[in-house]
Amino acid sequence: MASLKELKGRINSVKSTQKITKAKQMVAAAKLRKAQSAAEAARPYAERLGKVMASIAGKVSGDGAPKLLAGTGSDQRHLLVLVNTDKGLCGGLNANLVKAAKLKAKELLAEGKQVQFYLVGRKGRAPIKRDYANSIAEWYDTSEVRTPGFPEAEAIAAQLLDMFENGQFDVAHLVFPVFQSALAQEPTIHQLIPVPAPETTSESGAVVEYEPDEEEILKELLPRYVRTQLFGALLEREASEQGASMTAMDNATRNAGDLINKLTIQYNRSRQAAITTELIEIIAGAEAL
Amino acid sequence: MPMLHFELVTPAKLVRSEDVYMVVVPGAEGDFGVLEGHAPLMSTVRDGAVKIYATDGATPVEIQVRGGFAEVGENGLTVLAEHVED
Repeated sequence: MASLKELKGRINSVKSTQKITKAKQMVAAAKLRKAQSAAEAARPYAERLGKVMASIAGKVSGDGAPKLLAGTGSDQRHLLVLVNTDKGLCGGLNANLVKAAKLKAKELLAEGKQVQFYLVGRKGRAPIKRDYANSIAEWYDTSEVRTPGFPEAEAIAAQLLDMFENGQFDVAHLVFPVFQSALAQEPTIHQLIPVPAPETTSESGAVVEYEPDEEEILKELLPRYVRTQLFGALLEREASEQGASMTAMDNATRNAGDLINKLTIQYNRSRQAAITTELIEIIAGAEAL
Repeated sequence: MPMLHFELVTPAKLVRSEDVYMVVVPGAEGDFGVLEGHAPLMSTVRDGAVKIYATDGATPVEIQVRGGFAEVGENGLTVLAEHVED
């Protein structure tokens, strides 16, 4: 049985851990609110861009469609763009993302395709490296900025589009967490490149004038659409990270509380036992006289 | 006086959503002014200043946009811009 001193040491250590998890939980709760409102503020742009894309893409589809919409004509080489967080302490979020990405990779490999990874965020590197050390094409570090925003999305998109232009892959999928609530963040896989043809909306009768022309506009809009998708993924990641972190830290704080209670009971019992033995010794000594 | 509904949107937020008299947009093929009742139009926007006239003859408010796209539809003018500087 542990000595009193050891027990006391353990109780103190658990107590300070609890303080840390409690603090992290409160920080995450505050940041979650900010991340959620940022994700909401980004919605109008994505919505409108999607609408415009749908109305134009319907007109240009066919021979004149740019490569970003029509694809390279083959679907042999796939790129998985995996958006992970930079920091841990957020429960199973990163593990789930990596699992989803690996599942998709396995599926593609089973179909005889080639798979490469593009990793955003630090927490995806180690687990992907373990299984697919040779198929990591690039990674992008977002750990140096406090809250990744549009400039980061632009940089990632530029790199991806460059790789696409150079013919390094045919199809790109985006793997990112979708924030549902603080308890649930669903890993989601979207096709990013070629841009999935949006459903054509019903024509609104009026003849729309295009300046310069549909194809030019579409050529301009497609990269922008990719950027917006990446930006959305970064925002979702931010909200998911804070949500998952809040939940995980809440659990950790509660566990620490339970552990402290258990250890305290054990400590008190040992102390009582020690006192009793001492008393018995004294009484026995006194009787012997 | 009929007013034009004008929205300026960036990826990060809805910058402006208001009713104005006229907006002059620096289109890729030349500036164009949009009043209420403009025919439907989609145009890319070159980097430059969007001029917003709150009322007829008022001094315009200028907003610098980069990476823009303008759409005129039934519900007014929407400018999507990647970067905006007030």
